[in-house]
Amino acid sequence: MELLQRASSELPIDVREAIVRGLSIEQTGTAASRALQTILDNVDLSQQQGTPLCQDTGANIWHVHHPQAVSTPALTRDIRAATAEACRRSILRRNAVDAVTGRNSGNNLGVDFPFITFSQWKQKSIAASVMLKGGGCENVSAQYALPDERLHAGRDLEGVRRVVLDAVYSAGGRGCAPGILGVGIGGDRVTGMMTAKNQLFRLLTDTNPVASLAALEERILTEANDLGIGPMGFGGRTTLLGVKIGALHRVPASMFVSISYMCWACRRCSVIIHPDGRTVFGNRAIPPARGHRS
Amino acid sequence: MIRIELPTTEGAMRKLTIGDEVSICGTLITARDAAHKMMVETWPAFIDPLIRDGAIYHCGPLSRRRGNDWTILSAGPTTSAREEPYEAAVIARYGARMIIGKGGMSASTLQALKRHGAVYVHAIGGASSVIARRIVQVKNVYLLNELGPPEALWELEVNDMEGIVTMDAAGGSLHDIVRKQSARRLRRLLESSPHFEGA
Repeated sequence: MELLQRASSELPIDVREAIVRGLSIEQTGTAASRALQTILDNVDLSQQQGTPLCQDTGANIWHVHHPQAVSTPALTRDIRAATAEACRRSILRRNAVDAVTGRNSGNNLGVDFPFITFSQWKQKSIAASVMLKGGGCENVSAQYALPDERLHAGRDLEGVRRVVLDAVYSAGGRGCAPGILGVGIGGDRVTGMMTAKNQLFRLLTDTNPVASLAALEERILTEANDLGIGPMGFGGRTTLLGVKIGALHRVPASMFVSISYMCWACRRCSVIIHPDGRTVFGNRAIPPARGHRS
Repeated sequence: MIRIELPTTEGAMRKLTIGDEVSICGTLITARDAAHKMMVETWPAFIDPLIRDGAIYHCGPLSRRRGNDWTILSAGPTTSAREEPYEAAVIARYGARMIIGKGGMSASTLQALKRHGAVYVHAIGGASSVIARRIVQVKNVYLLNELGPPEALWELEVNDMEGIVTMDAAGGSLHDIVRKQSARRLRRLLESSPHFEGA
């Protein structure tokens, strides 16, 4: 419950700092600078009031690590109960819509809604990480199959760079720029996108352990900000706050580049629950997101 | 900052140009995907007085109910592009003067704004607590049970709700300008690095 409350109303500090940096490089008096200022006002007001940062409290994605003795069906029940309770308390919006009938379930619960994955680990504690991902940014996420003839993108990192920049251009301001990109290179259409999405659990300030990917993250971030899309697509210098890339092995026949666009309201939160009941909250996945070699 | 009182007039809207900052006061109605689909499929009569010379806000708010009183806790704009297939017809039929949302809209809406004398106002996406504070009263909610809370039509009185005109009644669109400029820059970035040329 407390995890959902924090996730919904508190922007991770690394994201807030990136927005402050963005504001400092936008010309004062422009629409871009006003948009970033309003965003910061909203971040502070939401945290103060404990109200959601954005009314679209999104699809909730959970990653849970647990010791052998803990039952995952019981954890699933707990998470679903907390989700419904958060919805009753207006921390989460009633967001679960039956895709066949179009009816809202009314309690934010549905099929794989929230989406939960479990991994067993050797620690005695339970670690739960949750991400709230809104629909606007999910709608501008994209997946490319290399080679891509239109973009002259081959099966190499230059090809990755070309399609990712195209995705940023295509998204424009519609994903609630300034956004954060999670990119998955390789895998299949599912695992590639999952890897992309998991990158969004990383802190903006971390460094990719794979040097070539670290360099590519840096380069795409700079170049995307040169596109001039700006906050909300008003024009300006702050189009992206970060780019995070993970890679998976692929089969010889396929090379996908999956791009998960996250809006500025990058809501991620985690908690470690120790056996004595002590809880420690944080802002990135525990353990850190997979997808790159470590 | 230009103050706009709702309901407003065609003349007032034709004076606005892209880049103008506006502060909106008065009553508006939220409508998103299901509401737009319904408005152009069944043309319900009750909609008319809610929209004529007023504003449609693309928003699915998060609300709290105490008895018969509603409070809006969180009410940022949703992506307007999804209403593109419907908006021109809605503007023509119901006489909306202002469409408020985020992300901008395309040619058919731009044309309708021009023909009928209306504008598109961009609110700040995700600024939902700030905007909720400018909602002073929930006057009514329509089709709550049928559509669910995000999709229902909320009649809201707002005071000093801020936004930026990004599509005007003269056919101007900030979105078109930024898109063309970023397309040029993308082309330059892609041409300047080594790559295969294709067949």
